[in-house]
Amino acid sequence: MGRSLKKGPYVDVKLLKKTKVMKAGAQRRPIKTWARRATVVPEMVGMTFAVHNGNKFINVYVSENMVGHRLGEFSPTRTFRGHREPRGAEETKVQAA
Amino acid sequence: MARIAGVDLPKQKNVGVALTRIYGIGRSLARSIVDQARVKFQTKIKDLAEDEIGRLRNIIEKNHKVEGELKSGMSQDIKRLIEIGCYRGLRHKAGLPVRGQRTRCNARTRKGPRKTVAGKKKADAKT
Repeated sequence: MGRSLKKGPYVDVKLLKKTKVMKAGAQRRPIKTWARRATVVPEMVGMTFAVHNGNKFINVYVSENMVGHRLGEFSPTRTFRGHREPRGAEETKVQAA
Repeated sequence: MARIAGVDLPKQKNVGVALTRIYGIGRSLARSIVDQARVKFQTKIKDLAEDEIGRLRNIIEKNHKVEGELKSGMSQDIKRLIEIGCYRGLRHKAGLPVRGQRTRCNARTRKGPRKTVAGKKKADAKT
């Protein structure tokens, strides 16, 4: 179920403040954040965020199309390495892992 | 004879039912279109007057996305999701369910026919 319109989009306040500071300053670095639930708002377009996925930070460059999505959507939390290959190819896979 | 949105409508069917042959129009939308055009739901397509067909066509073309336009719009939506690299896009790319359904079993609509891994169980029992 979607969020009630009455409340407006959820935006992480601290994150928004940091965004503004970063935009005002000359140097631009990825903003480290754990706020995966934060909605991407238009002010964030053109910024890079390092979004935590539970293990490490994934760099997310925010483009116009991403507005309205959550930051967490761009930082996958699971890795799927594929299923066991047919016999013979198994050894190479173990090495890779 | 009665062509609307590039689709031939079956002559012997009621208008309301025949309209559902158009991709993007189901029973309930068909009903509201018929009402709006002041055509009787029960008239057969072959009994429709020219101006009645015109009214139906007008309403559909003006207010509703159907057939090719609708399909291309949908594939564009999916393309956007894939492009921005969000979770839903990844699921579309992987051909897996997008809305959080389980994939341990079922999910055959998205995954397609089963690809059985032969002899899997036996090998596990030995080791």
